[in-house]
Amino acid sequence: MGESRHVCDVLVVGAGPAGLAAAFRAAESGLRVIVVDDNPAAGGQIWRGENSKPASADAQVWFERIRSVEIEFINGARVFQHGAGKTLLAETTHGVAELNYTSLVLATGARERFLPFPGWTLPNVMGAGGLQALVKTGLPIEGKRVVIAGSGPLLLAVAAYLRVQGADVLLIAEQASSMKLARFGVGLIFNLSKASQALGLRKSFSRKGAKPEGRGVRYLSGCWPVAAHGDGRLECVTLVRGGKRWQVACDYLACGFHLVPNVELAELSGCVIESGSVRVDEFQQTTVPDVYSAGETTGIGGLELSLVEGEIAGLAAAGKHEAARGLFAVREKQRKFSELLNSTFALRDELKSLVAADTIVCRCEDVRFDQLRTQSSWRSAKLQTRCGMGPCQGRVCGAAVEFLFGWRAESVRPPVLPVRVDSLIRSEFKL
Amino acid sequence: MPEMVTVIVDDVSVTMPAGSMVSAAVLKSGKHAFRRSATGEPRGPLCGMGICFECRVTIDGEAHSRSCQTICRNGMDVRTDG
Repeated sequence: MGESRHVCDVLVVGAGPAGLAAAFRAAESGLRVIVVDDNPAAGGQIWRGENSKPASADAQVWFERIRSVEIEFINGARVFQHGAGKTLLAETTHGVAELNYTSLVLATGARERFLPFPGWTLPNVMGAGGLQALVKTGLPIEGKRVVIAGSGPLLLAVAAYLRVQGADVLLIAEQASSMKLARFGVGLIFNLSKASQALGLRKSFSRKGAKPEGRGVRYLSGCWPVAAHGDGRLECVTLVRGGKRWQVACDYLACGFHLVPNVELAELSGCVIESGSVRVDEFQQTTVPDVYSAGETTGIGGLELSLVEGEIAGLAAAGKHEAARGLFAVREKQRKFSELLNSTFALRDELKSLVAADTIVCRCEDVRFDQLRTQSSWRSAKLQTRCGMGPCQGRVCGAAVEFLFGWRAESVRPPVLPVRVDSLIRSEFKL
Repeated sequence: MPEMVTVIVDDVSVTMPAGSMVSAAVLKSGKHAFRRSATGEPRGPLCGMGICFECRVTIDGEAHSRSCQTICRNGMDVRTDG
């Protein structure tokens, strides 16, 4: 294990669309840019695997742009804490990388929101994006029976992707009501699932609630899973819709309830977090000078908003405020869309009663719901039950607990991810 | 044909396209329980993106490795707690 030191003008954390857009605009302006990311390759979740093989026009354009400028990528590195001054420390397979910057762009993206229900801890119950990521990285899915459930446009994108890969997608259960979806515009939802899949998707889906036509997949609004069953792994799922309750046998349940921003690093950096997102000014600067944030980290808004926010952050970090200003109108339009998106897929209260007394809420420490409901805050839950104290540090149960009890996770502390003791020892000398 | 790599999951050989993640190899090997939870429950991948730590396995002797963030290499030895 060793140490390496990297110096740059702009350090971007996160190699998804927002991070890449920021990196490109800053590098294009002549700045030395480093992009650091936890994943083995750039692209984030939405463009996973598209660095080498772009599947969408957007990815193709952006990866070409990225290749046209000079950017240093440090992949497979997890940023775990700040060093002295303007420095972040990241753990790599080789040791600790010390990343020295003038400006910082936090584009740490989002994760799926998981809600506990009986059986949700069974193997093969996964996130919707989670299953997609597994299939993108080599899991054979052909002929496997998949139920997709939860909320948000991601469910459709995942369904389309899995079908193309040969999965037998049995149905999509969307918790949002048909009324909300209609107001949003069902067509718009389908448009959200961009890429080459979009047309095939629209064609392959029958109208919501209708019987499957041919190979069409049922898209059921106002429908959600109440239990997953199986011995050692998932065998079937119980769904509810209206007064109806039924079971569907399946190999995988891909279930995620929309997204929540990854704000841990921003919080550690001292940035103000508002309603679960990083607060930014018109130039995407956080409340900490020279620290910018873009993409889902500042609020869930999808690909286009992430890209334009990233561009603005990159330009602003390069001092090109006028050029950045030129993108404000595009961002405004995307933000309106984002508001509509988030109100459409807001979670219904009934989902709070999915959890049973003995349902595990914190998967790292196996903390049950009945242990939590007597607590008064996130802090007391942590102290009394160890909820949120395991390796994921509340990244999974935090959003669930917030939805169930209204507690906001507080006081993020370094290291923000589990790291080797060796890395901690080395970081001691950097503080 | 894409280039293939072979990893060993609990003494079973699994051949995967180059670039595949260990998590996919474990599932392909027929294992569904990657680890045992604090109370002994079987667990497998949840988030697929490195945040939930449910897919931890032992890779080439290194315990608690996230299989969803580790690319398969030829001859890699993967151990689950399943």
